[in-house]
Order: sequence, then C-alpha cells, then structure tokens
Amino acid sequence: MRVALFVTCVNDALYPRTGIAVVRLLERLGVEVDFPAAQSCCGQPQYNTGYRYETEPLVRRTAAAFEGYAYVVTPSGSCAAMIREHYPRIGRKAAAEGRGGELAEAAASLGPRVYELTEFLVDVLGVTDVGAYFPHTVTYHPSCHGLRGLGLGDRPRRLLAAVKGLELVELPGAEECCGFGGTFSVKNPDLSAAMGGDKAGSAAATGADFLCGADNSCLAHLDGILRRRGAPLRTLHLAEILAATEEEPPA
Amino acid sequence: MTGTFIGMPAFPAAAKEAVGNEVLRANLRRATHTIRDKRARAVAELADWDRLRAAGKAVKDHTLRHLDRYLLELEEAVTAAGGVVHWAADAEEANRIVTGLVLATGEREVVKVKSMATQEIGLNEALEAAGIAAYETDLAELIVQLGHDRPSHILVPAIHRNRAEIRDVFAAEMGAWGRPAPEGLGDDPRELAEAARLHLREKFLRAKVAVSGANFMVAETGTLVVFESEGNGRMCLTLPDTLISVVGIEKVVPTFRDLEIFLQTLPRSSTAERMNPYTSMWTGLGPSKGADGDGPSDFHLVLLDNGRTDTLADEVGRQALRCIRCSACLNVCPVYERAGGHAYGSVYPGPIGAILSPQLRGTGSEIDASLPYASTLCGACYEVCPVAIDIPEVLVHLRERVVQGGPVTREGIRVRIRPARGHAAERAAMRAARRLLDHPGALRAGERLLARARRLRPRRLPGPGRAWTDSRALPELPAEPFRDWWARERGERERPDRAQQDRGEPDRERPDRGEPDRGGRA
Ligand code: SF4
Repeated sequence: MRVALFVTCVNDALYPRTGIAVVRLLERLGVEVDFPAAQSCCGQPQYNTGYRYETEPLVRRTAAAFEGYAYVVTPSGSCAAMIREHYPRIGRKAAAEGRGGELAEAAASLGPRVYELTEFLVDVLGVTDVGAYFPHTVTYHPSCHGLRGLGLGDRPRRLLAAVKGLELVELPGAEECCGFGGTFSVKNPDLSAAMGGDKAGSAAATGADFLCGADNSCLAHLDGILRRRGAPLRTLHLAEILAATEEEPPA
Repeated sequence: MTGTFIGMPAFPAAAKEAVGNEVLRANLRRATHTIRDKRARAVAELADWDRLRAAGKAVKDHTLRHLDRYLLELEEAVTAAGGVVHWAADAEEANRIVTGLVLATGEREVVKVKSMATQEIGLNEALEAAGIAAYETDLAELIVQLGHDRPSHILVPAIHRNRAEIRDVFAAEMGAWGRPAPEGLGDDPRELAEAARLHLREKFLRAKVAVSGANFMVAETGTLVVFESEGNGRMCLTLPDTLISVVGIEKVVPTFRDLEIFLQTLPRSSTAERMNPYTSMWTGLGPSKGADGDGPSDFHLVLLDNGRTDTLADEVGRQALRCIRCSACLNVCPVYERAGGHAYGSVYPGPIGAILSPQLRGTGSEIDASLPYASTLCGACYEVCPVAIDIPEVLVHLRERVVQGGPVTREGIRVRIRPARGHAAERAAMRAARRLLDHPGALRAGERLLARARRLRPRRLPGPGRAWTDSRALPELPAEPFRDWWARERGERERPDRAQQDRGEPDRERPDRGEPDRGGRA
C-alpha cells in the first residue's frame, strides 16, 4: 500500500522528528510512504483568523499536491479537520460568490482521502499494536480538533495502551482545551496562558514522564509553558512514541 | 506594537482583569464545573438526546424559514385571546411602547420576571428615565440590581458573586429599595433566600404591572411560555392587573406539540433538571379574560426585532437565532470560565454572546469586532448546544466579516462593509505568509534560514511575538526541516519531474550538521 504523507508546515519547519517518526512507523508496518514536495500549509491559521481569500490558493495547492493518492496521512488532527471540515465550506462560499465550483470540487475530492494518523492506523490498517516499545509513564491530551472535530474517540489511547513498557495515566480534565487556538494564543495571550497553565499543571500533577498529544501546535504551547516553569515533564507527539522500538528509541 | 499588529481588540483587555482576579476565577471555576458535570449526567440519561437535539434544530430552522407567516399567525391567536400585539423594530421603539403602556396605567412601578430581551434593550434604564421603578424579582437578578452591577451569565447573572458579597449587597442596599434586610444577616444561602423572599413579597403584593419575556411563543395557540425555578415568575405573571411581555421574534414555534422537545432539552441543558420547576403558560387573557380576577386583565405582547431580521438574512450567521438561552455553552466554555461574563461587553456573554452581539449590533465597535476572536474554536459549545448551533463555524464566519469585510444586512438593506480598523498589519502578514507558503522554493529557503538561526533562540521575542514569549518558551529549532531529511534519506524515490519543479532548485549542499536531527522537544 502506498500513501502520501502530509507532514504539515508546523512539523516540516519545527518538528521534523514527528514527520520522520511517521515515515518510520508506516514503513515498519509495510506501507510505502511518499512525500509530495509540492505540499505546504493547509491554510488553517489563515482561515481560522478570518482570511478565507488568503486560504484559497493553499486549498488549491494542497489538493493538487495529493492528487492521485488514495490515502493521505497526516500527524495533525487540526490539519485533517481543516481539510475535511473547512475545505468544503470554502468551496461552497466561493461557489455562492459566483466564482465557480473548482474549489468545491477540489475539496470534495481531497477530503475523503485524508486520514489523521491514528485513524489510518486503526481504521485502514486495522492495527492497534504497532510493535512499539516505550518504557515510560505517559499521559495523553486529546486536542480539540481531533477529539470533537474528527471524533478520534479512543483510537489514540488504544494505540498507546498497546505500546510495550508504556504506562498510561489519566489526564484529569483531558477534554478541556489547552488554550492554544492558533492566533488566539497571541490575540488573547492572558487567557491562552491561563488555560495552558491549568492544563500543564494537571498534566504535571499526574507524575507522568511525557505529555503526549497528536497535534504539535498544542504541544508547542504546552511545552513552552512547562519549560518556562522549569517543569520536568516533556511533551512528545504520539507518532514518536509509536515509532519507538527497543532498537530505535526516540531521539 | 502588539496593539496595532494584531488589532489588539477590546475583549482581551477586558478579560485580562478577570484572569488576574483569583477570587473571581475560583468562583467561576467552581460554579461552571459543577453545573457542567451535572448537565452531562442529566443529558446522558436520555437515550434519544441526539434525536431531541436534531428535532429542536429542525423545528427552529423551519420556523425561522417561515418566520413571517408564524408571527402573523401568532398575532392573530394572541389577539383572539384578548391580548394586544405590538411590533418593535428596535430597542428604542420597544422601550417607547412599554414605557407608554406603563404610564397609561397610572402606575409608577413594575415587577419584572427575568428576561434577556428586556436587558438587551435596556428597558430598566428607559423606565427609570420615565420615572418608573422596575424591580427585578429573580434572586440573582435582584443581587445584580441591588449591587448596581451588570449580569455576567444568562441564567445565573450573579455567578461572579460569592455568598459573602451577596450578604453585603443585601445588608447595604435592600433598605433603599423597600423592605430592608433583617438585622445581623448572615451569609447562609437559606438566610439570604429568606431575606430576598421577604423583600420581594412586598413588591409582588403591591405591584399592578408586570414585565416579562418568554422562552417560547406558540403561533398556533398564541400561548406564551416562561421557564423559571424560583416561583417569582409565576407571581409576576398572575398577580398584577397588567402584564407586558417583550419577546424576540425568534422565540416563536409553530405548534403546542413542539414544546415537548424543548420541555425536555431546556431544563436538562440549563440547570441539569429533568423537569423544569415552574413552567408558566398563558394564552392572552385566558378563558376567564380576567373577569374573575384570575390573572391579568390586560395583556400586551411586544414583538422585538432589534437586529434579528438582519441576522436572519445571513446564511451562516442565522443559526444563532435558534438559541434557546440555556447557557450550556457558557458553562462548558474554558474561555468564559476564565474571562467571566463582563468581558463580553453585552448581556449575552460566552460563546453565544460572541456570535450574537456582533450580529445584533454589528462589528463596528472595538468590542464587537473582538468578540469573534474570544474563542479557541475548541468546539465544546457546539457539542453541548441543545439546538446544535455550530458556534465555531459562525465565529470563523464573523472573523471573515471583521478582517475581510463583505456583505451584511443592516436595517433590511444589503450593504458591503469594509474590514474593521486595526487589522492592516495582520492582513499584510497573512498575505506575505500565504505567498511564502504557496511557493515551496521560498518556503524551503525560509525554513533553512530558521534552522540556521537555531542557536540564537531568544528568551523573549519583540513585537507581536512577545504575546507568545511572555508566558512560553520558544520551541527548539531543528537542524533541518523535514523536507531536507526526506530529500536526503528517501529523496531518490521521488519522481524527478515533480521534485525538480516543486523544490525549485536541485540543491544538495547544506551546512554540515553532524547528527541528523536533534530538533523538536524531547
Ligand atoms: S447557543 Fe446553544 S448552548 Fe448556548 S445558550 Fe443558546 S441554546 Fe444554549
């Protein structure tokens, strides 16, 4: 099976380790991975801030970059939700503004082929035990777009629970937003920091070694707060845990 | 700089104070979490919750689609039952009508049932200007009124106050409004409720005019419905001679039977109760027409538009008119919990306020332009809303209106509004980012530049970046972007035609980085 990796711009520029982990993980599971280099950003920051027109070229670019792939896998719940939920809206609005059906068609074609990593593993490959080894205590924060937007449900936790050596501890108030919210983090910095502080506090109180998530932008926010506080808890993307083996622990 | 670059709006500034107020945050946290958890349990009891929610949405959507027809049907039914219907295009007209009706009775005071519509139009202030005293009879509303305060929650307007504060307000202020608080009043909830009961009873027995809102109006029968849990509403609706109800036009439902949905969803969503404690329904003057002294002998219904028809004209934004004011979205909202209700600058706080105020009032003012941004788009509000209002969708839609401008309806006329002030620099930055992101060659160069700057990682950024680094460390920058790793490790598998064209140049020389990748977080 061949899939295209949509690494996302945040991971490309800031968290290449997550992208590398996805490649290693999928290859280990017998999947052939392509990285269409024409990809860039899905346009989520622009769209969520209200710049729909600035988003349109990125919709076109993303759709074109992944043309012909039956599966597009991404290690970001919010970017997957952007493409599946919001691209069709952008297409509808463009059509309603009398600018034709091109964007709507691009959205309709790409959306159903996009899978968030845990969806792809559990639903398409049908695996929960990916043969990973990670001898640490981990608590999991389900980011909002994955949890409520995509309805990932317990997929991430099932994958984590099957990792050898891993002890999963409950994160109290897990379903509450971490306060990142894209440009919310700089437009409403006090609220964002207060929300992040509470989330980081309850994560640290679990005593876990790692706070795991499936969206690096939320983790960047939480990690920034934890580091600034000097807390020993570290954040780690789910893909990096799933990619880890006894021979190849995460970097 | 921060201010101009991101159009630093009014909501963040207003919220800053609340965020820093430990007492307020503790009050709100306790109150919202308690009701949040209770609501979740009450809703989980119903196996058909999803269907009830869908039905509520469908009934409301259908009614809004044919609002003109149902309002006329309602007017006919209310009139036939002995009521008088008035139409108010805006707050000013509604206030004028109500004030005139009260003055015509010769009375100079009214008792009030808790009502969002009358708060929205500032009725109490208008009545006061005409020499009429309006007494709030809902306990929390009374606390707000006596404290010269503003409501901070749809259902629990005094949610920001704790018991000790309420005691102080009662002891200091009740005397000026009527029966004073008992000597040596303590802050036990029962004592406080008893003080309010005694104070209010005097008003109920004396008042000749009552003003209410309504949760629902039934077009078919002309019946109005008020949900409340203290019994004060029942007193106001039955004791006085004249009853004046001010109700938003979106509160109509077609048939009596439609109420079966909302009788189930509203109490569970708002107070986590299986059944609402006091549900009062009245149809005009009723069969007795007040002749035997049972109920008011004079009933007026003031139908309020005040921006609703304009809101209805917007295909995405109109769903906000489905709202049944249960306040579940406030109770579940992590932003409301920390910002408090006052920061929203409107009688409608929280997520629903963030989509309603900028539509009813427009996005012209600083606060209204900032409200669509008062959310992380986490979606918790949408999940709990009993009429399935996709609040995040409307928020993003209104953000577009703020930064891009576009068509809106104002007083029935379709106009194009210009983008709100203060977003020019942000717009330029978004455009520049898009250009970069739409040209992978340039993007890749930028990413490499970033990688080279990794040793410079500062503790604090200047300008707009400060908003990030004030409370968070910057991420460690990786040695190379993912696409460089890919080109080196897996690149030979790429189709050359595509790779060539997309990467811009077949660049292979890169600074020696020693180990492959030490970036990221762990
Ligand atoms: S928007 Fe929905 S959840 Fe919020 S108050 Fe209205 S009906 Fe309730």
